[in-house]
Amino acid sequence: MKVTIDGHEIEVAPGTTILQAARMIGGEVVPPAMCYYSKLKGTGGKCRCCLVDVTKGSEADPRPMPKLMASCVTGCQDGMVVASKASERVKEARNAVTEFLLINHPLDCPVCDQAGECDLQNLSFEHGKLQQRFIEDKRTFEPEDIGDKIQLHMNRCIVCQRCVEVADQLTDGRVHGVLNRGDHSQISTCVSAAIDNEFSGNMIDVCPVGALTDKTFRFKSRVWFNKPFDAHRDCDKCCGKTTVWMFGNEIQRVTARKDEFHEVEEFICNTCRFDKKDVADWVIEGPRKFEKDSVINQNKYFGKTDKVVIDTEKGILQGRDIDRKKISMAEIDYNEKIDGNPVNSKKNG
Amino acid sequence: MGRKILLDKINVPGIRTYEVYRKEGGYASVEKALKKMTPDEVVEEVKTSGLRGRGGAGFPCGMKWSFIDKKSGKPRHLVCNADESEPGTFKDRYLMEFIPHLLIEGMITSSYALGANLSYIYIRGEYMWIYKILENAIAEAKAAGWLGKNILGSGYDLELYVQIGGGAYICGEETALIESLEGKRGNPRIKPPFPAVMGLWQNPTVVNNVETIAAVPWIVNNSGADYAGIGIGRSTGTKLISASGNIKNQGVYEIDLGLSVYEFINSDEYCGGMQTDRPLKALVPGGSSVPVLPAHLIYKTAAGEDRLMTYESLADGGFASGSMLGSGGFIVYDDRACIVRNTWNFSRFYHHESCGQCTPCREGTGWMEKVLWRIENGQGREEDIELLWSIQAKIEGNTICPLGDAAAWPVAAAIRHFKDEFEYHIRFPEKIKNRNHFVAEPFEKVKHLITKQTV
Repeated sequence: MKVTIDGHEIEVAPGTTILQAARMIGGEVVPPAMCYYSKLKGTGGKCRCCLVDVTKGSEADPRPMPKLMASCVTGCQDGMVVASKASERVKEARNAVTEFLLINHPLDCPVCDQAGECDLQNLSFEHGKLQQRFIEDKRTFEPEDIGDKIQLHMNRCIVCQRCVEVADQLTDGRVHGVLNRGDHSQISTCVSAAIDNEFSGNMIDVCPVGALTDKTFRFKSRVWFNKPFDAHRDCDKCCGKTTVWMFGNEIQRVTARKDEFHEVEEFICNTCRFDKKDVADWVIEGPRKFEKDSVINQNKYFGKTDKVVIDTEKGILQGRDIDRKKISMAEIDYNEKIDGNPVNSKKNG
Repeated sequence: MGRKILLDKINVPGIRTYEVYRKEGGYASVEKALKKMTPDEVVEEVKTSGLRGRGGAGFPCGMKWSFIDKKSGKPRHLVCNADESEPGTFKDRYLMEFIPHLLIEGMITSSYALGANLSYIYIRGEYMWIYKILENAIAEAKAAGWLGKNILGSGYDLELYVQIGGGAYICGEETALIESLEGKRGNPRIKPPFPAVMGLWQNPTVVNNVETIAAVPWIVNNSGADYAGIGIGRSTGTKLISASGNIKNQGVYEIDLGLSVYEFINSDEYCGGMQTDRPLKALVPGGSSVPVLPAHLIYKTAAGEDRLMTYESLADGGFASGSMLGSGGFIVYDDRACIVRNTWNFSRFYHHESCGQCTPCREGTGWMEKVLWRIENGQGREEDIELLWSIQAKIEGNTICPLGDAAAWPVAAAIRHFKDEFEYHIRFPEKIKNRNHFVAEPFEKVKHLITKQTV
């Protein structure tokens, strides 16, 4: 099947979604996704970040689809033409979703442990506005303790429900899910039970914001101060392939390996994640490369960058035109005195 | 005098019991369908009738039935949507409470047409007393041999169950209803796949409203062509309208589609005119989710034609000058009504009932409610009207299910048609502090204040 997204044509297998096709093309056509997670079944369609404009349904039915479609759950048809970043409607919709997500999400990136790895941060970087129109009180939740390994900060949750899918699909004896409705929806455990399962730590990896963070790493470092390395160990519970985040010779954090879309390659167990923090536990393979342009990659670009030209003479030595206009040396009193002493006494010699 | 199809026998004493219902000709459609018709012939009759879904969307019922996947070999289901939760709509409860066997009869005939052997009636939790009435009616029908194995010796089996919902408006949306019926949280599913292909327990399923299913026995007994003869154009048959608000006679009425709105409001047979003869200010013709109509667009369409009680006439080419027949929740306002408060009230409902699954609905409905609350309580800002317009536009069309649209449309229509009332609230906060601010001094009397300030 041939699909065209923002002018890029690609051949895909039946059953491929528009988002998957866009990811095959890569680059700017890839819609953002906060709830879709390719490694988890049944995710997608909820956050509405990935809405796209289907301008031609298929060769058989070329009519455009009247509404914007969630690309992560809409299958490709042969001859389908999709406008992603090229569509103004799509841009507006993504701006709208970003604004909606930020009305109740605290803008506490400077103290949030997810800063640098936050998908919402990236989304708002591209689609957010400088000014907020929401002046009402933000919705808040009481702090809740869900165990010794995972910190739940419900005020930051965007109810993408990826963690619920992890609980459904990876863990035994699920104890948490969504409570309440509407903007009162909250991720919580049944009667504040602790989450205690060998694969529960994957909730941290799938959380796109700082709602679920690693208690063994919180506030130890900012992610951009860490050096990530691919590492592995023999593990009888999981694949044992991870990324270890080091500060000097100390392993401060262990996560699953994530791809350019911030999705894990394989889920890992809690032993690897929380208990193995000694360098001797791991075989270090080499530095981890990241392709996504987020805060985490500051000073870590592997691509070629253009040479920056600084106009020294004009920009620095002469200063701005506007400033020059305001200051006239000729008008300054040469014999001006401060506390009885001439201002220019030194200069006068 | 309009003809009665659904409410024909409603006044017969004891019609709620099986004996009386049967004596009055009840279950004849089941006999006719099972003994003389094939399932496909029943579907054809319903197609011919032009019956459209009476839950609000108005999708052709026969076409919906024909979409059901018969080739999969999986069991099929019919689910009756009795989760009547739209504010202003109370027609289904009337049918189920007073003539429950009509629904049971419709369920059997419709299930036979669809080849369903396991059917459900999903009823909202607040209708507990009706649940008991339906349970009793099903027991009576089963005892009389209309349900169970080999009905009337035809070889057709059907089990029918009633399931009570937890009282969530979203469970009236067909896929959320199916989720709830499966014992899960009532969140709408992403479509496609549609229920006709993958519905309840992953099996092909049809979800129909109570009123739609209750119309099927008459169609089978009389013929689809007869049914199509009632009404106008693509709006065929009769429709139950639950009328409320500032009219003399509130209640549930059965009308022929095509009746004029003027006659419905003013005729003694129906609403009986305005309460205390006050002027008509606004109308919500199809339940709280549909756009409100201002006085000058209630009796006449934008083209100057008579406004009729049909899907097409009420829609009138779009929401700028039209609305929707919806579920038939007909709410009439006189000049004492405050549109801002009314819109806030609706908005509060949709905020409360949003399932919270998708972002625009979860966050947008709450935001709209908060802004409307401020305006209604004298804390509005000039930019709030534009802000509200912007929020509703960002919700509409971007959500998983129609609840987002349902929350956005009333706000959009209120601003479109009653913007000056919003401005009045914002400019004169001290005047609207009294909760019943328009009761003593209707808006028409103070409207000049806005114009004065503008000049």
